[in-house]
Amino acid sequence: MWNSLKTMWIIFLHMFHRRVTIQYPDEKPKIPPRWRGRIILSRDPDGEERCVACYLCAAACPVDCIALQATEDEHGRRYPEFFRINFSRCIFCGYCEEACPTDAIQLTPDFEMGEYNRKNLVYEKEDLLIDGTGKYPGYNFYRVAGVGIGGKHKGDAENEAPPVDPRSLLP
Amino acid sequence: MSESARIWANLILILAAVFAFSALLSWIERRLLGVWQDRYGPNRVGPFGILQIVADSIKLLTKEDWVPPFADKAVFVLAPTIVAVTALLAFAVVPIAPDIGVVDLNIGLLFFLAMSSLGVYSVVLGGWASNNKYSLLGGFRAAAQMLSYEVFMGLALMGVVMLAGSFNLRDIVAAQENLWFCVPQILGLATFTVAGIAEARRLPFDLPESENELVAGFHTEYSSMKFGLFFIGEYVGITLISAMIVTLFFGGWLGPLLPPLVWFLLKTFIVIACFVLLRAALPRPRYDQLMAYGWKVMLPLTLVNLLITGAVVLSAA
Repeated sequence: MWNSLKTMWIIFLHMFHRRVTIQYPDEKPKIPPRWRGRIILSRDPDGEERCVACYLCAAACPVDCIALQATEDEHGRRYPEFFRINFSRCIFCGYCEEACPTDAIQLTPDFEMGEYNRKNLVYEKEDLLIDGTGKYPGYNFYRVAGVGIGGKHKGDAENEAPPVDPRSLLP
Repeated sequence: MSESARIWANLILILAAVFAFSALLSWIERRLLGVWQDRYGPNRVGPFGILQIVADSIKLLTKEDWVPPFADKAVFVLAPTIVAVTALLAFAVVPIAPDIGVVDLNIGLLFFLAMSSLGVYSVVLGGWASNNKYSLLGGFRAAAQMLSYEVFMGLALMGVVMLAGSFNLRDIVAAQENLWFCVPQILGLATFTVAGIAEARRLPFDLPESENELVAGFHTEYSSMKFGLFFIGEYVGITLISAMIVTLFFGGWLGPLLPPLVWFLLKTFIVIACFVLLRAALPRPRYDQLMAYGWKVMLPLTLVNLLITGAVVLSAA
């Protein structure tokens, strides 16, 4: 009996505590930068698409919500012909971001994606591609990787020696 | 104004006020629960969320009114009306203010006890007619719980009747002019409050509907306005028990400065707030604990109270 009364008193004192509710539409919650929300495709510092259409994100996706088709431009640079994410299937696990070798696909702290029509949740490449670099401002895949494309040969990248010419070793 | 017109005005106003307040109570309760659980409760619809009750009633009224094909139809339909009718009928004897009240029965207290006992039929019949195992279990529990708590509910009030020397609720209020009965009848107050909560099937004594074991207990199969009637009946029941506690132990409309009606409403509201606090604070006891508590603690306590009060009244006479 005494215990019950003590409980009631403690609960009564909660009247003077601070409310924990965030009044959402009026008051926006503070979302940490690593929040796994809406997926975007970023560009490198030169303004080119980072995605090299390697399909690793699509392979990593546990719900198969990513679809893309690889193609090459005139410089031999790979890029996705189309890139489609079905957000009505996406579970925002972030595996695609982990799998991406070029930091192209990234999850952002935006979650306000409500739609009245389910078809509007299928995002095409033009909906996904942003103009900035996202979370990794300095990274430029073709400037650090030893892949040759038009205008940049093997060995031209940063911290890279030119490839050894095996014929020069001949006697 | 003629006498009958005064009675009719009283009747209609009290009925409307009780209905309105009971509906409002669902919102008040949710807001208060929020306050005590560090959140806000419904605050979106209208000022402070007060129009939530309108939204809820529209929702209740437009839901499909479904009678299960396996149910006992007549009884199924009858059950929810009983709870609302008995709770409202009991309000007829509550003396709200010196000139406000429907009837002035000389056995008002007995009438109240009779009506609250009849209300049990609603729950038991509802549980039975639903023809559903969970409902039936809820009905069983209701029957056993009401039976156990009814016993000392009446006995707890006999101390008050001894002191006031009357079953008339207005006489009982008048007898508290000098000292509210909550002081000499503190045991009676404690036991009556516990019994009252059990009668109103409120947490922590809501075993008939305990939603985490029995789905929704006796009203599992009820939907739409039939469920709404159970709902209204429960809230009218809370208001009724609170009003009775105020009348019997806290001097009813008596109080300085403010007009009697305001005193009555204020006290009733405080008691209701205590009921909500009880719900916010206490967990539901196990079923055997409930029974043991009723028969082994509360009933002897009431009898002791009765003996002491009797001895005091006799020695004073």
